[in-house]
Amino acid sequence: MTDLAFSKDAMKEYEWMLTRYPNKEAALLPTLRIAEREFENLDPAAMKYVADLMGLSPAKVLGVVTFYTHYRREGTGTYHLQVCSTLSCALRGSEDVCAHLSAKLGVGLGETTDDGLFTLSKVECLASCDTAPMLQCNDDYHEGLTLEDVDHLIDRLREEAKAGGAA
Amino acid sequence: MSFEPILTKYRHEKDSHTIDFYRGHGGYEQAKKAIHDWAPDDLIEEVKKSNLRGRGGAGFPTGVKWSFVPKQTDKPKYLAVNADESEPGTFKDRVIMETDPHLLLEGIMISCWAVGINTAYIYIRGEMVHGYNQLVSACKEAYAAGFLGKGIFGSDFELDVTVHRGAGAYICGEETGMLTSLEGERGQPKLKPPFPAIEGLFGCPTVVNNVETLANLPFILEKGADHFRSIGPEKSPGPKLFCVSGHVEKPGTYELPMGVNLLTLINEHCGGVWKGRKLKAVIPGGSSAHVLHADECDVNMDIESLAAGGSMLGSAGVIVMDETTDMVDALLNIMKFYHHESCGQCTPCREGTGWLEKIVHRLHQGRGRKEDLDVVFDVCDRMIGKTICVLADAAAFPAMSFIDKFRDEFLAKCTNSDRSTAQATSGAGGVNV
Ligand SMILES: Cc1cc2nc3c(=O)[nH]c(=O)nc-3n(C[C@H](O)[C@H](O)[C@H](O)COP(=O)(O)O)c2cc1C
Ligand code: SF4
Ligand code: FES
Repeated sequence: MTDLAFSKDAMKEYEWMLTRYPNKEAALLPTLRIAEREFENLDPAAMKYVADLMGLSPAKVLGVVTFYTHYRREGTGTYHLQVCSTLSCALRGSEDVCAHLSAKLGVGLGETTDDGLFTLSKVECLASCDTAPMLQCNDDYHEGLTLEDVDHLIDRLREEAKAGGAA
Repeated sequence: MSFEPILTKYRHEKDSHTIDFYRGHGGYEQAKKAIHDWAPDDLIEEVKKSNLRGRGGAGFPTGVKWSFVPKQTDKPKYLAVNADESEPGTFKDRVIMETDPHLLLEGIMISCWAVGINTAYIYIRGEMVHGYNQLVSACKEAYAAGFLGKGIFGSDFELDVTVHRGAGAYICGEETGMLTSLEGERGQPKLKPPFPAIEGLFGCPTVVNNVETLANLPFILEKGADHFRSIGPEKSPGPKLFCVSGHVEKPGTYELPMGVNLLTLINEHCGGVWKGRKLKAVIPGGSSAHVLHADECDVNMDIESLAAGGSMLGSAGVIVMDETTDMVDALLNIMKFYHHESCGQCTPCREGTGWLEKIVHRLHQGRGRKEDLDVVFDVCDRMIGKTICVLADAAAFPAMSFIDKFRDEFLAKCTNSDRSTAQATSGAGGVNV
């Protein structure tokens, strides 16, 4: 097992975070965000590190992580394509976007491409219903999508990954 | 009637999110006025008089809510700003946070001054990374300018604001779920009472207000409660952000006086139903609201009128459906949402949302029986009013109203009804992915 540890900057951010809440536990969600960034995803070792750091039980941390859908979990590709499939997006063709991506990438929902680049998921409303259909890729929203836009996005991300610029 | 936007006036202007832009347009003058000229109690009275009602969904009068917070207490008091915006069809708070975050901060300052609060948290949903970044940099700017922190505007008033990211859970929009989540827990709602005003965040008195609600405060102070009340209907006055999505030519966030007619909103502001098609149905207040049949859409978009029209203003998320919409398909989409988002604490909700999805799924596949429709109502009856929070009700309302108002379409999917067109397999082309 490798020894995980926050970088100096991350530790500083964590310590600042603690000053914003009356108790440590309240800083758990923001701390998990730091861990997600530092360790790329929240695998068991990352969760254990956070638990030890904050003096919480690993079970408590696991319980919190699994309650929420947005944390980056183990096994997610470099780019997590999250297609909104709630009603407003569905009314404007999110099904086609999903089917197109699935065919293009050769993966089903929840699956990651063999090269580890893309994970495809369906998610619930992302508060961007006026630009339906839309998807979230890592931190960014891609809105008002046509199937052509989707193709361009995938091409661009592949190039970005090749150039080593992937997040 | 011409109406100039108030809350989204600057949304399309360059750098509208910066403190320089905001101050250049009169920003922070109202917070300054509040702290210098208004006694907190008088300010609460003024907000009561304005009859500003919560924009998060429940429509509770803001000033009245503030007045429930104990004045004398040895505990700290908190403001928790609800920026979770996850009701399907709703995307208005995002506009404020991304394009005018200082407007929200000024609203926060005014409310905290009125209620005697020194610590505020903005709970923003995890997915909104851009909004989060905008808020964080706005806070930095405000601290640097001395508008947050100690000794604000030369007074001894002190206010800290922290932006707190959620992590993806619809239920954290429900106020007690949000507070539980802010405490670092799984975001499960709690029974009320005690209400947050008495025992909220960290067991202390807490005001929970929606982003749009707070964004109204600088305007109320600037123009006075009477002017605010002169906009829109008396019982739910003020400017309002309407989110229109689905089958219209121009979906978007529209700021109009409360009480605009729904058909005017769709036809005049949003360019009408798309592709020249006919209107079939509208959900007027986010997916938790009762659906309106096209015949019922000549209604004003305010709290009272929509309640009288058998639905609710809710979050003002207006989802428009054209004549080609398969209503069974649309309902299945909504049922999947609630089943997925139920936090699972209450049996009627956890099991009920599951059953509703299953039954509608079966109908959708053309394998239903007409008795299934009665089962839906029976299940809903066992959900409404019987759980810790109202997510269960929010799932039941669309289920009942879709079937009530579009019964023929549901019957057509039943193998044993007179109207059956059902086949053993699913029909083609639906909205469900
Ligand atoms: C299931 C559920 C989800 C909710 N989601 C939100 C939300 O995303 N944003 C919001 O402001 N209020 C939401 N509410 C309403 C809040 O509980 C609360 O009434 C509101 O934040 C109070 O602020 P206001 O008085 O300013 O409207 C939700 C309520 C329920 C029952
Ligand atoms: S009604 Fe549903 S969402 Fe609300 S507390 Fe109960 S189980 Fe959770
Ligand atoms: S339904 Fe897709 S963003 Fe709201």
